Amino acid sequence: MQIHLTVNGSERELEVAAHTTLLDFLRDQLGLTGTKECCDLGECGACTVLIDGRAVNSCLVLAVEADASAVTTIEGLGGEGRLSALQDAFIAKGAVQCGFCIPGFVMAAHYLLLRNPRATPAEIREGLSGNLCRCGGYMQIVEAVLAASEASAARAING
Amino acid sequence: MTADPIGAPEPRRGGVARVMGKQQFIGDIRIEHELHVKLVHIDCAHARIVSIDTSRAAKLVGVHFVVSAEDLPRPMPRFGPVFEDRPVLAMGETKYHGQPVAAVVAESRDMAEAAADLVHVEFEALPGVFTVAAALDPASPLVQEPELRPDDPLSHTNVLRRLEHGWGDVAAARADLVVDNVYEFPMITHFAIEPHVFIAAPDEGGVVVWTATQNPFQMQRMLAGVLGLPLAKVRVRAPDSGGAFGGKQHPKYEPLVAMLALRLGRPVRLALTLEETFQEVRRTSCRIHARTGFDADGTITFQDIEGDFLMGAYADIAERVIAKSSYLACGPYRVPNARVVARALFSHTTPSTAFRGFGTPQVAWAHESQMDEAARRLGIDRVEIRLRNLARKGEAFVPGDTPADGDWAESVRKAAGAIGWGTPLAAGRGRGLAVAIKASATTGASYSIVRLHWDGSATVLAGTSDMGQGARTVLAQVAAHELGIPVEWTTVVMGDTAGVPFDLQTSASRSTVFMGNAVARACDDIRAQLRQIAADLYGIDASAIAVEVGLVRLPDRTSTVAELLRERFSGVRGEVIGVGSMRREYDPDHPLGGSPAFYEFTCTASEVEVDEGTGEILLVRHVTVADVGKAINPQHVEMQDEGAAVMGLGHTLMEHIILDDAGRIRNLGALDYRIPTTKDMPLEMESLLVENGDGPGPYGSKGAGEGGLMATAPAVASAVTEATGAVIRDLPLTPERVWREIHGKEIQAGGGT
Repeated sequence: MQIHLTVNGSERELEVAAHTTLLDFLRDQLGLTGTKECCDLGECGACTVLIDGRAVNSCLVLAVEADASAVTTIEGLGGEGRLSALQDAFIAKGAVQCGFCIPGFVMAAHYLLLRNPRATPAEIREGLSGNLCRCGGYMQIVEAVLAASEASAARAING
Repeated sequence: MTADPIGAPEPRRGGVARVMGKQQFIGDIRIEHELHVKLVHIDCAHARIVSIDTSRAAKLVGVHFVVSAEDLPRPMPRFGPVFEDRPVLAMGETKYHGQPVAAVVAESRDMAEAAADLVHVEFEALPGVFTVAAALDPASPLVQEPELRPDDPLSHTNVLRRLEHGWGDVAAARADLVVDNVYEFPMITHFAIEPHVFIAAPDEGGVVVWTATQNPFQMQRMLAGVLGLPLAKVRVRAPDSGGAFGGKQHPKYEPLVAMLALRLGRPVRLALTLEETFQEVRRTSCRIHARTGFDADGTITFQDIEGDFLMGAYADIAERVIAKSSYLACGPYRVPNARVVARALFSHTTPSTAFRGFGTPQVAWAHESQMDEAARRLGIDRVEIRLRNLARKGEAFVPGDTPADGDWAESVRKAAGAIGWGTPLAAGRGRGLAVAIKASATTGASYSIVRLHWDGSATVLAGTSDMGQGARTVLAQVAAHELGIPVEWTTVVMGDTAGVPFDLQTSASRSTVFMGNAVARACDDIRAQLRQIAADLYGIDASAIAVEVGLVRLPDRTSTVAELLRERFSGVRGEVIGVGSMRREYDPDHPLGGSPAFYEFTCTASEVEVDEGTGEILLVRHVTVADVGKAINPQHVEMQDEGAAVMGLGHTLMEHIILDDAGRIRNLGALDYRIPTTKDMPLEMESLLVENGDGPGPYGSKGAGEGGLMATAPAVASAVTEATGAVIRDLPLTPERVWREIHGKEIQAGGGT
C-alpha cells in the first residue's frame, strides 16, 4: 500500500506491506534506527515516537495508520547537530548508561513536557512509567527531565 | 596546564550519540545481502525429538536453508566457557523450554518467520528436573549425558560439582545461640533492553561475527575451536551493547550463525525476540541452609552453610558462579570456624550464567538474614552486631587469602548515618541495613596499546567492552592524566579483535583495575620512549632527563611533550606507540584459580513503609555505600551503584521466573515478568562512596558497579521485619507474600480463607 506522511519534517511517499509496523517501517525502510526495538509488544517504550504530537509505541502502530500524519522520531529532535535542552540534561545528569532505552525515554519526556512544561517529580515518574531502563538510571532520568522543565520555565519567566 | 581529569565527573563517552539516536547498536548495523535466521522451538522443556519435517518450510519462496542437528557436523560441535557441553542445536532431545531444534535461513525476516512456522517437529514430552529437590532425587532423569564427563564419578547424577571448603572445626565449635534457617532465591532474568542479536559473514577465508559480547576474545577462541579456524581468521566485532549485566558474556548462537554464513557464503543475521532472550539467560536460583553460631555478645563462633544451586541445562559459567559465591558465603566477617558445601545442579531449565553480583546476592540473602535474626534474638542492635564481626582492614578473614582490603566499618557507619539509624521512626515504617562482599577477578590478562600522535593527541586501543558502565570514559581519563593532555584529545577504540590487543574479558568489575593499569603502563612506556627521543634529539644522556605529566625536564630547562613531539616528528610525521599490560596467572592450587585482586564491598540501608492491608512495600529512602578506593569518575560510579540498587530492588520486590509443572516459563515478556519502573523507585535514593585509595587499580581504585545490588534484599527485608514483625526467607517480597506473612497467623487462627 502507498502511504504519504511527514517524517521529521520531510515528506515521504512509500510502498509498505499492510502488516508492517511503524517501527519496522522507520527502521528498515527509512533507516531511522534511532527508534529502538525491544519487546515489540508495547510493553517497554523503547520505540516511542510522536504521531501528530502524541507519543505512541511505534511497534503497536501499523505504518498504514500513520498515513497522512506527521511523525517525529529521536532523529527529529534538536537542531542540525545540536542537542535539545532535554537531551543536554540527560547527559549532564548522568542519565545515559548503555543508552538503548534513551531514545524512547527522550521522546516520552519530550511529549510529557509538551503537555506539561512544569511537571513535578511525581508527574514525571507517572509520565515515564511506560518506559523501561534496566541500567536503572531512573532517578537521573527524572532529574534530567526536571532540570529541562525548570530551564524552560526559567526561560519563560525571563521572557 | 590541563585540568586533571582524575576524580572529575567527565560526561559519558558516546552520550551525545545515544541521546540523538545515532549510537549504532548491533541491531542497527545492516550488512549488504544479509539473510535472516529464525529459530524453531517446541512448547516443551524436556522432550525427545521424534522427527523434524522441514519439507514444507524449505519449499517456501525465499528460503535458503532449513538446518537441524542432522545438517551439522558429526560429532556435534559443543562449546562452553568451561565445560564444552552445549550443542550448536538441540540433538535428539531438548533440555529446556526454548532450546531451538532447527533454524530457517531466508531472504527476509518475514519469510524466515513464516517458514519457521511450517517446520513440523514431532516430539515426546519427557519428565523433567525443574527444582532443587528433583535434581537431588536419584529417581529423576539425568539432564546431562554421562558420556560427556566419562571420568567423573558424579556423571550418573545431576550434580556437576560438589564444592567444599572451610577452616577450624565447626562440629566442635560452641555457641550460645545457633540460628538455623533455609533461604530461597529464585531464577531472575537479565532483561537487557537490547535483545540478543548475532550476525556473521564469510571473510577472506575466515569469518567475521558481530555480537554485543562482553568477551570478544573469548568468543574468538570458542568460534575458532568450533569452526577449526586459526584465531587470525575469526574476527569478532563487538559494538557497545544495550545492556549486558553478565548475560552477554558467553557464546549462545554465534557458532550457529557463523556455520550458516560459511555454508551459505552470505552474511546471516539472527535477532532474538525479547521472549527468546528470556529463555537464553538467567541468574542461578538456589536454596541455602545456613547454621550460624553466636556468643551471647553477638560474636560469630561458626558458620555452617549448604547451598544447592540450580544451574540449568548446560554448565555455561554457572559452576564458576557457584564456586566464587560459596567461597565467600560467610560474608565479610571474622569467622573462627567455617564449613561451606555447595552443589552445582543440572536441571531442565534455561542455562544460568554470569549475572551482576555473580552469586553474591544469593549468599548475602542468607548470611545477612542470619545476622538480623541473631541480633533480634540476642537483643543486639543490627548495625552493632555487624560492626562487632566485620573483618578489620588487613585481617585474613578467609585464612591464607587476600586480607580485607578496605575499612569496611567506615562504609557501615556511613550507611547507618545516611539512613538515620537510631532516630525515631514513623508508624508503619522500618529500617534495615546489610552488607555483602564479592571476590573480584582472580586471574586475568589485559593489554593496551596507546598511540601518542605527533600532534599530542592520543588513541587508546583496549579490548574492554563498554556496556553502559562507562569504561570508555574512564580509560580516556586515565590516558589523558598519564599523558598530560586534555581528555578531549583522546579516542578510545574498542570492540574488534582485529583492531585492539587481547583482553581476557569484561567481567567481575575488572576493567578499571586491569585495563586501567594496562593503559597507565602503556603511557609509562610512552614516557620512557619520550625520554630516549629527547636524549637522542638533544644529545643528552637519558638518565638526565625526566618525563612527567606533559613535561620534559632537561638538565638546563623544562620543555613540553608537545614541543618534543613537534621537533621529533617534523617532516614525515610519526607517533610514539606504548604497550602496557596487566596479568594475573592461573594458580592451580587455589580453589578459585587465584586470590581475588580486590574485594567489592557494599553496604545498603533502606527505610520502608509497609501497607499491612495489601502487603505493599513503599521504599521511603534507600542508601548504598561503595568502597571504591578511588572514584576516577564519581558520576559514573554513582550511576552504576544506583543502577545496581534499582536492579536489586527488582529481585527483592517483584522479579522471578515462574515455571509450570512441565518446566515452561509462564511469565515471558515485560508485563508478566515485571522489572522496576519509575513508579517503583524509592522516594529518595543516595549513593555514597568510600575512597581510601587502597585498591590495586590506577590511583588506588577498585572495581565497582555490582555492589549496589548485592545486599538489597536483606536490607529491605530487615526493614520490613522491623515495620511489621514479618520474617520472610523466600524472595521476592511480593505484596502477597508479605501480606500472608503478616496475616498468616490470623488466617490459621480463623481456620483459613
